[in-house]
Amino acid sequence: MKHEIVEKNVGLLVVLILVVISFGGMAEVVPLLFQEQTTEPVEGLEPLTAVEMEGRDIYRREGCVSCHSQMIRPFRAETERYGHYSVAGESVYDFNFLWGSKRTGPDLARVGGRYSDDWHRAHLYNPRDVVPESIMPAYPWLFENTLDGKASEAKMRTLKTLGVPYTDEQIASAKSDVRGTQEIAALIAYLQQLGTVLKDTR
Amino acid sequence: MSNLWGDSLSGFWSVWIIVISLGTIGLSAWFLLSNRHTDKQPDADGNVATTGHAADGIEEYDNALPKWWFQLFVGTVIFALGYLVLYPGLGNFQGVLGWSQESQWEQEVAQAEERFAPIFEKYQEVPIPELAKDDDAMQVAERIFLNNCAVCHGSNATGGYGFPNLTDDDWLYGSEPKDIVATITNGRNGLMPSWQQLGEDNIENLTQYVLSLSAEDHDEARAEKGESTFMSVCAACHGPDATGNQALGAPNLTDDVWLYLKPGQSISDSIRQTLHNGRNGHMPSQAAYIGEERVHLVAAYIYSLRYND
Repeated sequence: MKHEIVEKNVGLLVVLILVVISFGGMAEVVPLLFQEQTTEPVEGLEPLTAVEMEGRDIYRREGCVSCHSQMIRPFRAETERYGHYSVAGESVYDFNFLWGSKRTGPDLARVGGRYSDDWHRAHLYNPRDVVPESIMPAYPWLFENTLDGKASEAKMRTLKTLGVPYTDEQIASAKSDVRGTQEIAALIAYLQQLGTVLKDTR
Repeated sequence: MSNLWGDSLSGFWSVWIIVISLGTIGLSAWFLLSNRHTDKQPDADGNVATTGHAADGIEEYDNALPKWWFQLFVGTVIFALGYLVLYPGLGNFQGVLGWSQESQWEQEVAQAEERFAPIFEKYQEVPIPELAKDDDAMQVAERIFLNNCAVCHGSNATGGYGFPNLTDDDWLYGSEPKDIVATITNGRNGLMPSWQQLGEDNIENLTQYVLSLSAEDHDEARAEKGESTFMSVCAACHGPDATGNQALGAPNLTDDVWLYLKPGQSISDSIRQTLHNGRNGHMPSQAAYIGEERVHLVAAYIYSLRYND
């Protein structure tokens, strides 16, 4: 093929570039959408409750994902510290996933049950009260704000269209489940269930 | 050869990946080879033809690819094919080395186990009071403490608001080695109910009585009234002499250790708050995270904090 033809026809150049760069995605991404390992939930995985789901949104809003990953890689150094390595089936109800890619703080993929609720409250109010060496910011406003649950139902319906198996009862009671919950309580509810489906924590 | 093929993908997607991967490599190789030479040769005077582009008088030669660059490119093609033979990449083909993330992890864990297991086994057989005097063991144990326990109890184990100090004389659940091991292994749940229903007056009387137990400043008259309420309500867990009950984790109220004293708070306010709202101290079970052998070691470390000075 002559360069000239490609180089002098911008439209053709665009089409060919798109074809070339989509090859990677076609081979690496598309098959995952049909692979059981990535589309089937692990045994016992339940969708987040309405309160946990709101907690997850607070986790996103506060940008926790920029400093905390939720992805334990299969290396001994990580599994010794955090527990069983993460598997794809644990994330099938996550939209969007919060695996993260940066660890200024520790990984949180299996933080559920690791510390008491009281510890989380103290730590999020001012991390240095419990860990003097910590550089994590404080989140005192989570103790003042209360959720009204106005959007909870719509959020759950949206998640349902994306494939999260919420029942009609769960969606119907979402607003009353959430209304009046302190933001801190919702966030802790979310944190305390993280990674608890795989029981093998070592 | 059949074990070289996995089954995580359906046949269609496996073939899909193989065709795209090999096709891309093949096309790149073809594209490279077919563009290696140009049909333009230098003329008799050694002048080389240009592509005909000119921008501000700068022209572009139409030379063949430089040899070193061409060979590097061929090298990447060979590398890619070699990689795909050795490692998983082509659909369900697992690669002739049989490498996988999981097997690499298992191998790593097995190697560490081989290296460290004898050490932990040796320590496991030493009784805790003796182990607490072994400096090498305590260095290992301190690491385990810092990684798993320091988050709540502090890096120097002195605790904080709501998290017990492990270096003092006050033991909520007992100081015997077996008690420490039980605490670490199973965790603890300390529950004090709220006594809101007693009413403000009674709560104030009780507060003054509890203050009097540890000889803090208190209102004598109210403390006397509080005593009878204490005997009927609080003594069940804290004991009639208020020295607590380690079977329940009910704290001793006659000493000067106040687990729930916020920095800057007065002791009387802290007691009032406890009576109003109750308290729920929770230590998660650690056995699932660190295993029996490390529990033994870290129990010896905690034992050493109190007894080794």
